[in-house]
Amino acid sequence: MKESTENFQIVFVGHVDHGKSTLLGRLYADTDSLPVGHLDKVREICARQGKVFEYAFLFDAFLEEQEQGITIDTARTFFSWKQRHYIIIDAPGHKEFLKNMISGAARAEAAVLIIDAGEGIQEQSRRHGYLLSLLGVRQVVIVVNKMDLVGYREQLFSTIEREYRAFLAEFNLTPQYFIPASARNGDNVAQKSESMPWYKGPTLLESLGRFTKQPARTDLPLRLPVQDVYKFDARRIIAGRVEAGELRVGDTLVFSPSNKTAVVKSIEAFNVPNPPQSIPAGRSTGFTLDEQIFVERGEIASHKLSAPEVSDRIRANIFWMGKSPLKPRQRYHMRVVTTEVEMEVEAILGIIDASTLDQAESMNQVEENDVAEVIIRTKKPIAFDRYADIDTTGRFVIVEGFDIQGGGIVMEVLKDEQEPFRQEARRRDFEWRRGEVHLDERVQRNGHYPGIVLFTGEKGSGKARLARHLERRLFNSGRQVYLLDGKNLQYGLGTDLSDADKEEMVRRFGEVAQILLRSGQLVISTTNTFALADHQIIRTLVHPHAVITVHMSFALGSVPKNTDLNFLESDDLQQAAKQVIELMEENNVLC
Amino acid sequence: MKHLQELEDKSVYILREAYKNFDNLCMLWSIGKDSTVLLWLMRKAFFGHAPIPLVHIDTSYKIKEMIEYRDQLAKNWGLKLVVGQNREALASGMNPAHGRMGCCTALKTQGLQLVLDEKKYNGVIVGVRSDEEGTRAKERYFSPRDKNNDWDFRDQPPELWDQFKTRFEAGTHVRIHPLLDWTEINVWEYIQKEDIPVIPLYFDHGTGTRYRSLGCDPCTGSIQSTATTVAEIIEELRNTKVAERSGRAQDADRGMEKLRKDGYM
Repeated sequence: MKESTENFQIVFVGHVDHGKSTLLGRLYADTDSLPVGHLDKVREICARQGKVFEYAFLFDAFLEEQEQGITIDTARTFFSWKQRHYIIIDAPGHKEFLKNMISGAARAEAAVLIIDAGEGIQEQSRRHGYLLSLLGVRQVVIVVNKMDLVGYREQLFSTIEREYRAFLAEFNLTPQYFIPASARNGDNVAQKSESMPWYKGPTLLESLGRFTKQPARTDLPLRLPVQDVYKFDARRIIAGRVEAGELRVGDTLVFSPSNKTAVVKSIEAFNVPNPPQSIPAGRSTGFTLDEQIFVERGEIASHKLSAPEVSDRIRANIFWMGKSPLKPRQRYHMRVVTTEVEMEVEAILGIIDASTLDQAESMNQVEENDVAEVIIRTKKPIAFDRYADIDTTGRFVIVEGFDIQGGGIVMEVLKDEQEPFRQEARRRDFEWRRGEVHLDERVQRNGHYPGIVLFTGEKGSGKARLARHLERRLFNSGRQVYLLDGKNLQYGLGTDLSDADKEEMVRRFGEVAQILLRSGQLVISTTNTFALADHQIIRTLVHPHAVITVHMSFALGSVPKNTDLNFLESDDLQQAAKQVIELMEENNVLC
Repeated sequence: MKHLQELEDKSVYILREAYKNFDNLCMLWSIGKDSTVLLWLMRKAFFGHAPIPLVHIDTSYKIKEMIEYRDQLAKNWGLKLVVGQNREALASGMNPAHGRMGCCTALKTQGLQLVLDEKKYNGVIVGVRSDEEGTRAKERYFSPRDKNNDWDFRDQPPELWDQFKTRFEAGTHVRIHPLLDWTEINVWEYIQKEDIPVIPLYFDHGTGTRYRSLGCDPCTGSIQSTATTVAEIIEELRNTKVAERSGRAQDADRGMEKLRKDGYM
């Protein structure tokens, strides 16, 4: 084995029995990549068991796989050729094991898709082709195998090539090579076939060598999702992997979706002669900031002018691997790099049978192995990118129960009516000039975080009474608290506004509230002038501060979305206030 | 050496995911080269610190130098060392003469099980590599084990885009494999690049033999080799086609598949 200078992962996919394992076995045997004696040992076992030797047996690690003659799980094998160390992922071709195929293919930098010349294009040939495209594998070679069984006929090969190219073209996948081969006889695997002089292209081995490493994403805008924050010693290190772009000491970073900003003070590393001054895409790293802002796992660090999208609604293409179907309006979790957030499918726009590209008739749910176009709504706004812009921050998995059951890519960020306010908040936060005293110092002194309690409900339902009681109680227990009534803005800050300008009034209210929150206060908001949609604007403007929504009514009934606590007009005041305070403790506003 | 950087970055990412998502995590340290590289990667991931306890299953049949080396490194690097041993089995006379399967099961598999039960670890970081032997090539980076410690290789959860299985039912645990993509040569290349102190048993000390893979004294054979430095080992490996674990008795007759299904590392 010569010294390898790079690693390269390739997945082998295709319909069951089209000869993946045989092709692999042949590739290894012909490149002299098997351990000494392995070939003879397997031949001997076959002879002992009365079986005809097959190259496929070389890699069947499990008793069960050998018995059934199919690959169940993704196996990795290795071989080195011309300075490159190949990691070969052998993915199963049986429909039942599609999730294993996906697990294998998602790791790959290139794919070899095998089609049996005799059987032609089959269900999994199509599904695997489609999934490769969805998983982002763009370097693909198609091997038309078992050419020996069809008399090495060029015409048959050309027909398969034409048909399959047309299928892949429907989702813009263009394979780089189409190779007629016989794994059993070794035609066009590592050696040029003498039986197919009409084929002028490369052998499989040559085609693998022509694939290139994915260029690092260093030219893209910086994306560094926070993985964790460490405080093992005096350093407070923010750890994460540079998914795109480059991180440099002295960079001003913005964190999304919290909109916090700080400057990179140092890049930390263990066992290196000099601390690095910059870190390119692909590297796991850690850095310290010039000030102690509170950032947590899931936020994405970027530069100010090229920040990721922040939204709670997207259009996405997904694939589903769960045994029970994916259903709209059910709770799942979504993970985008290091963020995890509750989500639901708001609508299914289309379900595609990946083996025919036909639209399914029923669109009530997404079944196992289906591919679908959906609208997803997350419980909180999160940061991400369109897949077409930055792949690693534009893809996600869906978690149901204990397991990952689906995956998808972000096609479009859906803007809602909150978008202008979200943009305003981000712009304002990115440009905010901080004073000398930082929020964490205020938190230290106050003994609590800032947070806002929003009261909603009908006029006369007792909002003001409870709000005033709450303010008094918090104040008496030493908290920094202020009751902000919308009415108080009307004759001052909003004196130029008429009743028709309510949205502007709400915006101003939200901006005043966020200044109070920045000063470390607990803010209690109660007003009859704001409707539910207005409260959403306030939420967007005060983000990421904690918001607690309390709804009051005269009788039991449905409560508005996002309500945390619900009281009746007749409820005991002391008890209600106690519950609000308890929730503030639970949400870590009060500590 | 770009490929080593790539491997390191991935392993560090996995270690940090494990540390973030599992509240009771440990790392198995066999004292061999792989888990020592893993330990080094942990110090990389956590900027010189080793915040996770290291579990060593001591069968009492380990080669003597291994224990000395273990204790020395634990002291130098400030490691939290947890030594597990199936004392009951040893007291009732379990030893390699009882046959390989029986002995490995009692002293290693059950020895590990005892520690896992006692400490209630829900994440166990293990330094297995997929090029070691067939069943390890099927592993996920995060691989669930059920209440009986069994591995259901037929129904493994999907794993893609560096999103791992970090949720699990109470009473089960997850094995975490940061070295899955590494090969034996990569391990040595990395030891050379980072100048990691490995146990001297891997080198020839004038007898013309050295260990290539370390296990229990009675069941681990040395190989013919005059390599005295890491560079010489790498050179030797580049020119060999003999399997790494050829000196290990467990691998014959599908022994590893059976052992691993039942919870062996």
